[in-house]
Formats: sequence, C-alpha cells, structure tokens
Amino acid sequence: MKEINELNLPEGLHYTKDHEWVRVDGDTAIVGISDYAQDQLGDIVYVEMPEVGNEFSQGEEFGTLESVKAVSETYLPLSGEIVEVNEALADAPELVNKDPYENWLVRIKPADLSELSALLSVDEYLDLLNG
Amino acid sequence: MKTVLATGGLILNEPLLWEKGKRGRRGMDVPASDVPAAKIDPEFMGVGPDFPDLSEVDIVRHYTRLSQWNFGVDTGMYPLGSCTMKYNPKINDKIAATPEIAASHPMLPDRLCQGTLKIMYELQGYLATITGLDAVSLQPAAGAHGELTGMLIFSAYHKGRGAARTKILIPDTAHGTNPASAALCGLHPVPVQSGPDGILDPEVIARLMDQETAGIMVTNPNTLGLFEENIKEVSRIVHAGGGLVYGDGANMNAIMGVADLKKCGLDIVHLNLHKTFSTPHGGGGPGAGPVCVVDHLKKYLPVPRVVKDDKGYRLEYNRPDSVGRVHAFHGNFGILIRAYSYIRCMGAENLKKASQLAVLNANYIKEKLKGDLHLPYDRPCMHECVFSDQKQHEFKVSTLDMAKRLMDFGYHPPTIYFPLVVSGAIMIEPTETESKDDLDLFIEAFKEIVREARENPEILHEAPHLCKVKRLDETAAARHPCLTG
Amino acid sequence: MRYLPHTSEEIETMLRVVGVDSLNDLFSSVPEACRRDGEMDLPLPMTEWELNDHVRGLAALMDIKPDYKVLIGAGSYDHHIPAIIPALTSRSEFLTAYTPYQPEMAQGTLQGIFEYQTLTARLLGMDVANASIYDGASALAEALLMGIRISKKRKKVAISSAVHPHYRQVARTYFRPTEFELLELPVLENGRTDLSGLAGLGELAAVAIQSPNFFGVIEDLPAAAGAIHSRDAVFITCFTEPLAYGLLKNPGSCGADIVCGEGQSFGIPRSFGGPGLGMFACLEQYVRSMPGRLIGQTTDLEGRRGFVLTLSTREQHIRREKATSNICTNQGLCAMTVGMYMAALGGTGIRELARLNYDKAEYFKAGLVKAGAKICFDSPTFNEFVVEFAENFKPVAKRLLKKKIVAGLDLGGYYPNLKEKYLFCVTETVSREIIDTLVAEVKK
Repeated sequence: MKEINELNLPEGLHYTKDHEWVRVDGDTAIVGISDYAQDQLGDIVYVEMPEVGNEFSQGEEFGTLESVKAVSETYLPLSGEIVEVNEALADAPELVNKDPYENWLVRIKPADLSELSALLSVDEYLDLLNG
Repeated sequence: MKTVLATGGLILNEPLLWEKGKRGRRGMDVPASDVPAAKIDPEFMGVGPDFPDLSEVDIVRHYTRLSQWNFGVDTGMYPLGSCTMKYNPKINDKIAATPEIAASHPMLPDRLCQGTLKIMYELQGYLATITGLDAVSLQPAAGAHGELTGMLIFSAYHKGRGAARTKILIPDTAHGTNPASAALCGLHPVPVQSGPDGILDPEVIARLMDQETAGIMVTNPNTLGLFEENIKEVSRIVHAGGGLVYGDGANMNAIMGVADLKKCGLDIVHLNLHKTFSTPHGGGGPGAGPVCVVDHLKKYLPVPRVVKDDKGYRLEYNRPDSVGRVHAFHGNFGILIRAYSYIRCMGAENLKKASQLAVLNANYIKEKLKGDLHLPYDRPCMHECVFSDQKQHEFKVSTLDMAKRLMDFGYHPPTIYFPLVVSGAIMIEPTETESKDDLDLFIEAFKEIVREARENPEILHEAPHLCKVKRLDETAAARHPCLTG
Repeated sequence: MRYLPHTSEEIETMLRVVGVDSLNDLFSSVPEACRRDGEMDLPLPMTEWELNDHVRGLAALMDIKPDYKVLIGAGSYDHHIPAIIPALTSRSEFLTAYTPYQPEMAQGTLQGIFEYQTLTARLLGMDVANASIYDGASALAEALLMGIRISKKRKKVAISSAVHPHYRQVARTYFRPTEFELLELPVLENGRTDLSGLAGLGELAAVAIQSPNFFGVIEDLPAAAGAIHSRDAVFITCFTEPLAYGLLKNPGSCGADIVCGEGQSFGIPRSFGGPGLGMFACLEQYVRSMPGRLIGQTTDLEGRRGFVLTLSTREQHIRREKATSNICTNQGLCAMTVGMYMAALGGTGIRELARLNYDKAEYFKAGLVKAGAKICFDSPTFNEFVVEFAENFKPVAKRLLKKKIVAGLDLGGYYPNLKEKYLFCVTETVSREIIDTLVAEVKK
C-alpha cells in the first residue's frame, strides 16, 4: 500500500470524507474515488453502478466497489440525478486502479452547487488522511 | 538437516470430467426394463443433459486423483482457528451407515421409526446436559442455520410480547454469520466494540441496550479465544432491558464440563456438531447446528419436535407458538447420529478432558510462539490463540505469506485475517487430538518460517512451493467469473 | 481415551510451560458463577464394540428393514447407489477437509465442486449453479428471497400449493419475520398449478412452481413462464426429483430464471431425511444476487489451471448483514457425491434410468386402474402419482406391510381435501413383481 506522501491527489477537486471526489464540469459534475480509496481496496473486480435517471441526495449510497475480499459503498458527494455511468468499467473495473481520476464512476446533474461548501479541499482531505 | 513432514511426491494430473470419456461408456449399471415402454407426450420430452459418458475406472481414477490434491485432518494437523478441525473418529461413519438407519425414509409413521426417533430424543437430552440449557431442536443443518433459528425465536418472542424490536447487539469479534442471520429476521445489527482486554465491557452494553434492542449475540469463548468473563453481567443488563441473550456455541469445545451456559445467562445457544462433536467437515459440509433454549422459550422451537410418552417416541406437530419448520425433514440426521456416537464413546469424563486438552494445547502454542509472533492479547486463552504479523512487517512479510509457507512444512494454515479486530490475524486452534510431539513439530516449523521471514523473505512471498499449484489468481477469477466448464 | 493422545507426563510438561499447576487451573478466566455445579450427567463411555452392540439394538427398533420396499417418495427417493460412490466419498482427503479457504491445499474439493456446478447447470439448463444450499426446502426459501432482491422494491412472492408441503412450511418460516408477503396459488383439477390469479396481483417479485410437483405431475412450465414473465416477475422452478430432467425438458429451456431443489436422489442415502443437497442455479445476469458459495476457474502464477472460491463479496464473512444469505457451511460432501453420481450415470445412463422410472410408474398406474383404483390427476406424471381407491386402503396397506411393502403416503395430513388419497412412488429399485403383488392385493 502507498504511503500518504505517495498518493496522487489532484488540486481543483472536491473530496469527501468517504474518499470520493467530484469535479464540476459545466452544468454537470463527474464523480470518482480517490487514489487513497483505490489503493486501500486493492484490485477492484466489480463496480456496481446506479441507473441513469436515479436521483440521490448528498452523502447517499449510489453504488459499490468490490475487490476480491472487500466491498466498499460509494456515496454521492452532491445531491443530483445520474445522467451517465462510465460503461467502460463494466468490463474493465481495473481501470479505476490504474487511474481513479481519468476513470470516473458517474456523471450527475447537481441539484444544488452550494453543497460544495461541505466538501474538502486537497489540504483538508490530506489532513483527514493524516488523522 | 531435520526431517520436515512435507515432501514433494508423485501427483497425477487429471482433466475435467467432460474432457475425458467416450459416448457409450457407462460408470454404473442401469437395470434392464421389466415393464413395457410407455407412451410419453413429446411436448414434455427433453433432449437429456449433456453429461460425459465415463467408465467405472474413469470415475474411480478421477476422484482418487482429485482426493490426492486435498489435505484433510486425516492427512495432518489442520489448526484452522474457529473451525475446530479435530480428528473425526471412523466408528462414527460406520454407525451412520447402519443399513436400517441409512435407508430410513423420513415421512413414515412414528411407530415404524422408533430407532431413529430414540437417537434424536437421546441426543437432544445430551446436548441439553452439555450446555446446561433445557430443550433442543436438531433441525438446523449448520451453525448459521441454527443462528437463523435463534433469531426467528428472538423475533417471535418479542412479537409475542406485543412489541417487535428492530436492533440487535453484535460484538466486533463476531463471525459474519451473526449479523447476516439477524438481518434475515429484520434485525439491524448494532456493532459493539470489545474492551482493550478483548472481552465485552458491561458499561458499553448498558449504554447500547434500549427498548428497541431485541438482545445480543455473543460468541463465548469469543473469536479471540477468550472467555467472556463479564458474560453474566452482560446478560443481566440485556435481560433487564427486556432483551434475550443468544450464544454462538461454535466454541463450545473449549468449555464442556466446565461452564454452564444457563448460569452464564444465555437463553439460546446453537452448537456446531461438525466442530465440537467431531463430525467430518466434508470439504464444507454437511454440518449440523442444533439449537438449545431455556425452558420459557421451548414453545418457539421448530416443528416437529421429538418427544417421548408411554407409547414411545413420536414427532410432536401441535406447537402453535413454534417459529415453524426450518428443514425439509429432521435435520442432517446422518450428522446427528455421528455426534450421538461420539458422545456415547466419550462420556462426560472424556468430553471434559477433550476441552481441557484443547485449552492446554492452545496455551502451549501461545507460550511457545509468543516470542516469535506478536500476541495482541497476552492473557490465558481458551481453545485458540490469535497472533498477528506485526513483527514481520519490517521484512515485508505478511500473514498470508507465512500461512502459505506453512503448507511447505506439511501443515494446513491457521485461520487468517479473522477476527477483524486484529490486523493481520493468525488464529491457531490446535484441538485436543494433536499430541505434544505434533505440536512441537508445528511450533518448530513456525519458528523456522519466522527465521526465513527475516533472512529470506522471498521464499515466503513465493510460497507454497510443494503444492500441486502455486498461488492462484483470485482477482482474475472474480473479474471474469468462469463458474462452469 | 483413544482420541486423546496426551500422556500424563506430557500434560505435566505442558502445564509447566503454560505456567499453571493443573488442567483445572487453565480455566481461571471462567468465573465461579458461570461454572457447572457438578459433572455432566451422561451415559458412561463405550468401547467401539459396545457401541456396535448398542446401535444394533437401535437398528432393531426400526420396523422397516433394508429388504422392505418403500413405495413412497415425497422428496426422499430410493435409487440404486453404486458402490463407487461411498468408496470415493469416504476418501478422507475429501471427508476430513474444511471449506477450501486455502486453494493450494484443496484443489480436489475445488475441482470436484466446479464439476458439480457445471453438471448441475447442464442438467437444469441454467448458466450457473452454486456449491449448494442445505436442502431443497431452504434452497426454495433462499430462491424466493433472491427473487425479492432481483426485483428490488417489490414485496410479494407467490408459491404453488403443489410445491412439497414441507418446503412451503420452511418458506413461510423464512418469510414470517420479514416485511414480505408469501401467497399460495391453488391447484387445478388436473393437478397443475392454477396461475389465473396472478393477473390480479400487484407488486409481484417472484413465483415458484415445482415440476414434477408434489403429486408427481409435470407442470406446463413454458405456459407458466409466459404468465409469470408477463407480470415482470422472476420465475422460480423447484424440484424434489432431479432424475426427471433426464427425460423431460429442463427448466431453463422452459424459461425459468432460478431453479432449485433437492439432490438426494442422486447417490445420497435417505438417512431419515438428511443430509441431502440443496441444488441452486440461475441465469448469469443474476449471479451477484445468488446465495451460497461459488467455485471459479482461474490460473496459478505459472499459468496452470486451478480453482478458487470466488465472488465471495456476496457472502456473510465479507458483507455481513448485507450478504445475499447467512449460509456458511453448506452440504459440500453431498455436492461431491451428486457430482460423482451424475458422472457415473453419464448422458446415456441418465436418459435410460429416467425412462425406466417413467415406464415403471406408467405400468403401475395402469395396473391400479385395472384393479379398480382411480388416478386422481389426469396430467402426465414422472415417477410419482396420486391414487384414490374404491375401498378403504388401510387394511390393504397392512397386508402389504407383512409382505415387506410400504405402500403410499396418505395426503390427508397435508391436503385436507385429499384425505385417503395416496401418493405412490416407483423407481428402478421396484421390480415388476412387487408392483404386481401390490396390484393383486388391491384387487382382493
């Protein structure tokens, strides 16, 4: 497993304490998991996705990630409707391990961007990881 | 050089069943027909399954070769913690194969099956005596099935008192079956952290116990191999809050003839006959998970129950408060009779001795290995001891590596990465049927592996070296499941 | 005691290492208040030969001896078990192993169960089969719960009244503490399930039908599939006699989504009803909702074929309360047994054997009709069927018992409207002579 100083945590993303990230992209936003999360899980073998059109509120579980011996729920960083899921992950879940930022999980239409203020910056997220 | 148990040997390859055989071969006789061929509506006719045709010799060689790729208790020491891999006496298998019993149909009138009913009735009594509880159902087919039965009783009990409860307390050391069984009955598990000494803290229970909580599921001795010393107080608190106490008796093998579970405050306990009572595990089953209860919960036990009256033994169906039936017939009778046979061979004195020696063996291993492996809870243990790989971290050697390396010395590995409260857990349960000589060899092997971890970690990373296969790619198996051939 | 290897000297030495004075002192952590008041009151230990005598005495209490013919199936069948089956299943490498958690030391069990899964899937016409559930009854209960998971928010399931009564009881037990509703569908005059009521049911997650059903009647599965799928519900079929699929269309080809049932018929002795084998299979798209263990094929570090437990994240030891089931120990050795039996029968053998069972039942039915009895349902049956006699059958049954024939199960205890109607079963173990004897007694 990586040491904390080995993690790739890009600037400009909003992180959650559950180790997801969100990036606003026009009037939609894309959501994925952090390098820390993929490293902790290990080899991801399955990504369970919501259906397009499903709506979730901030912090609600929208799917799961499975490795061989662990399961981790994924929580939506912002309230909103799922507008797209990353289909490539169905056949190649290992892409999340390769690059968890390039290989996002879902694209949403956020309901309320003011919710961003409840999320963490890179520095705040690092503080969380350092405990 | 010392002699190590394990050595390389001649192992034969063997393809999958359908990769051999020829159409038209046969592995068993089908009797010639002595009746005329009947008409059948072609609408219902199928084409028959695509099974390979194999000869009797094909089949016998196939499975004999497969068996040689396996390791059982009869092969060697199998210190798989929490699983109680004690020796499975051969006489029990012979008894189970008694023709009158093995051929008995489960739906005949009681008067025609007095023998099997008597065995069940007496076994119920023995299990009540051993646990200290009052009444027993033999229907559950395995430990988790017993847990489910127990949770059904929890649910029926609270409904009967007019107040369904929604939560259940489950310690963090519990087997995963506990929360899963509770969830099947609509009970939401509330995790309970064990104290710094590895056992339950009554104050924590008092804080969590409320009117919404149906009770608690406790494994005692727990999965760290420790007796829950506060169990009586824990039970008192749960009872005072209107709850029930469930005991996961998977570890009963440690305390036979010593502890009285009713005096501990337990209301319901399941036993794993395939653990404590030596019935063979069969590569994953069948087991048996009888449920024992205190008197006031007897009315909830599954239907039917075996009872005895002046006419003999009979199945009692009229039980309006029962949770219902949990097995198609009477449980895994072939396993029940093996446990019956074991108890009759052992008697009270030897069952107690078995517990004492199981505990002695575990403590002996704990003392001998605690210099080599990290021991997170350094207290007297019961039937198993839990180490971790903390001391090996600096050599980048993990619990998994040491477990795999043990195979090269001729041992089945201990349970690893469980209980979850110990990171990198190595859970060793030697059982009473291992002699001191065998324990000493095992201890020496483990010490050697710890030395290797320091001096030659590579040999561990690549272990096992002597098995039929090297480490298998579990990630690929899960990413692209191939479940049939 | 012969299973306890310690000598008293060894015990002394070990106690010194542990640092206590006596075996009793090992239990210092057990509080006084939790201890037994006295020794356990159990019978005195027996030697092997004493136990043999004792069990001979118990066997003598069984009125039905091995040379009797029991013409009752009802979920527990008498078939020939070839000698190779007990010989191979008693290989102690299979018998005394645990669940294959360490695949490098358990390739025998793993390949054997993988083969069982494969042959089961082929038998039932399904994509995947699991490594087993406890028995047919719990397999059905698990299948109904799986139907609820698949349909996500629906809360109702329906089950045919022609499913084995004990299986329905177990399903009710599993459903009682849940928020889900379990309905029963009535049986038509012809012995098949009446599906006409489905149209009025909303929120329907799954429907379960047994074929051949408890009355031995072969259900019209393709028609059922249409009716059930039109309600967008999961179609579960169940069985107690898998041999039927050697002759009949398999459930998969009839549109089933989940197939489950009891495998005892395939090489497992009746043994008073257990252990048997819960067989469980489904379509690939539902595999992640499936309960129970699964074995998958993979490769080792050197590229050789090998087998492992897989998709474990569905299971209780990882997902705990969110697992697809609480099952842990299953019926492993029984699955091996059934795999061996299917392999021993082979594709050619299973067809012959199933045909023989069918023919014997038809011969038996014809004989009974000639003797004045009535076959209650006019639909086709496999090796079981329901009979109504012109006169009281009880004295006949008594006479037959003297001739070592146990005839027919009175259905009155299970279906009040079928009182004194009898469920009969014949397999290849019943000769024409036995059938003729029985028919002759009925004629008397």
